[in-house]
Amino acid sequence: MTPTARRSQRALRTAGLGAAALLALSACSSSGSDSSSAKPDSSASGRLSGTVTVFAAASLQESFTTLGKQFEQAHPGTKVTFSFGGSDSLAASITGGAPADVFASASPKTMKIVTDAGGASGTPVTFARNQLEIATLPGNPDKVGSLKDLTDKSLKVVLCDKEVPCGAAAQKALDASKLKLTPVSYEQDVKSALTKVELKEADAAVVYKTDVHAAGDKVEGVEFPESADAVNDYPITLLKGTQHAETAKAFIALVRSAEGQKVLTGAGFLKP
Amino acid sequence: MSPTGKAAAASEPLRGGPRRRRVRTPGGRRGVPLPLLVPALIGVAFLTVPLVALLVRAPWRAMPEQLTGTAVWQALQLSLVCATAATAVSLVLGVPLAWLLARVEFPGRGLVRALVTLPLVLPPVVGGVALLMALGRNGVVGKWLDAWFGITLPFTTAGVVVAEAFVAMPFLVISVEGTLRAADPRYEEAATTLGASRFTAFRRVTLPLIAPGVAAGAVLAWARALGEFGATITFAGNFPGRTQTMPLAVYLALQSDPEAAIALSLVLLAVSVAVLAGLRDRWMATG
Repeated sequence: MTPTARRSQRALRTAGLGAAALLALSACSSSGSDSSSAKPDSSASGRLSGTVTVFAAASLQESFTTLGKQFEQAHPGTKVTFSFGGSDSLAASITGGAPADVFASASPKTMKIVTDAGGASGTPVTFARNQLEIATLPGNPDKVGSLKDLTDKSLKVVLCDKEVPCGAAAQKALDASKLKLTPVSYEQDVKSALTKVELKEADAAVVYKTDVHAAGDKVEGVEFPESADAVNDYPITLLKGTQHAETAKAFIALVRSAEGQKVLTGAGFLKP
Repeated sequence: MSPTGKAAAASEPLRGGPRRRRVRTPGGRRGVPLPLLVPALIGVAFLTVPLVALLVRAPWRAMPEQLTGTAVWQALQLSLVCATAATAVSLVLGVPLAWLLARVEFPGRGLVRALVTLPLVLPPVVGGVALLMALGRNGVVGKWLDAWFGITLPFTTAGVVVAEAFVAMPFLVISVEGTLRAADPRYEEAATTLGASRFTAFRRVTLPLIAPGVAAGAVLAWARALGEFGATITFAGNFPGRTQTMPLAVYLALQSDPEAAIALSLVLLAVSVAVLAGLRDRWMATG
C-alpha cells in the first residue's frame, strides 16, 4: 500500500470512529422528547391540533400512554408525545428550558421546583395519589410480610434514592415505624428499582403500588400498613411558553375527567 | 474524538525512524485555508465553551462548604480506584486481543473486531442491562459464578470495575490495534528468524515498540472509565462508599442541589485534567 493510500485509509477509519462517537452521543441525549414547535396552533377554529409534549413521572408511564392514545383518537390531528423519567430530572430539564407543554410529577416537592422557577402557567392540581408497596420475587419465596421483614440482613433490598419521590416516601415510612434499613442500592428512579427485582438481582424493592401492578406477574406485591404514612400526591400543570395551550389544557382535562380517573385507578392509583 | 488518530499520532516516531519535523507547506503560515480554519475554531469553541460555562457558573463561594463532606472524597476515591482497576483489566485482556486482531489471520476476524468494539456504540445503560443478563445473580454466566464460587457481582465494587472495563476496553483495543498495524512487522519477523519464540518476540520486540500506543489507549480507557455512568448505575447500583462513583454522585446531587453537582463535577474535572496532563508529558509527548 502506498503511504497516501494508507493515510487516506486511516483518515477514513478515523471518520468512521467520529461518526460512531456522534451516534453514541445522540443516543445519550435523553429519551424522545420530540419538539412541539413544528406547526403553529390553529385552535382558532375550535378544533384541537398540534403536538403536546408531556413530561411525566416514570410511574405514570402505563396510564398516560393509554390516555395519550385515547386523546389522539378523540382529537384527530393531535399528537401526544411523552418523556417519562424521575420527577426531579424532569423538573431540572424543564427549568433548564426543555420544550414541554405539560408536567405531571410524582410529588409536590418536585412540582415546586418548576413553580418556583416560574415555569408553570396556573396552579398545579393534584390528579392522583400513589401508595408504596413492597415488590418481591414471584411467589414471594422469602416470605416477606411486612416492612420489618426487609431489615433482614440476608435479603437484598433496593430502595429509590432519597432525592427522588419514591425514595423520600420510603424513608418517611421507615422513619415513622422507626426501622433502619440498609439497601444494597439506592436506585435513581422507581422503574430501575423495580427492574432489579424483575431481573431477580434483588429480593425486594419498595416501589409504588402502580409499578407492581404494571409489572404483572414478574413481581409480587406485598402491602404494608406504614405506607399510609407516605402517600404521594401527583400534581399536574400546564407549562409556560407552550405553543398549543388549548390542546395541552384538553389533555389535562382528560386526565382529571372520570374517564381519565378510571384509567388511573385501573393502574393502581388512588383518587385525589 | 478518535482513538485511532491519537494512537497513530503516538506511534508516529516508530515508523519514520528519526523523528519527523513538521513539514512547512509552501504557503507557510499565511495559507491556512478558511474552509479548514473556521470549522476548526468552531470545533474548539463547541468543546470548550460548556466547560468554561461550568467554571463561570460554579458556586465558588460555597465551594469549600460543598466539598468538605466525606461523601465527596469517598466517591472520588472510589472513582479513581475503580477506573484504574478497570484500566488494568483492559490492559491485561485488551493488548493480547489487539495483537490477535492485528497479527493473526483467522476466519471471522472482521466480525470479531466489530463485536468487541460494539460497546462503543451501545448506550451504556443497555450495556449495564446486558451485563446483568450475563453476570447478574440470575444471569447466563452469573448463575454459575454464584452457585460454584458464591460470587455475585451486582451491587459490589467489583461490579463497578466490570461495568467500567466493559465500556472502556474497546477504546484500548482500537488504539493498540491501530498502533500494531502501523508498526513494522519485520522487526518481529527478524526476531523469530533469529530464534525467538513468537511470544518472546511479542514481549521483547513488539511491546516496547508499541508502548506509546498502549499508553495512549490506556489513558483513553482510564478517562472513559472515570466518567462512566450508565453501565455502572445499571449493573452495580448506587450505594455510597461501595458503588457510588463520582458521576453517580453528580447525577443524584443534580436532582436536589445543582450547585453541589457543579462542585462535584469540577473536582472530577480537575483530577482528570491533572492526571491526563501529567501523563501527557511522560507518555504522549509526540507533538
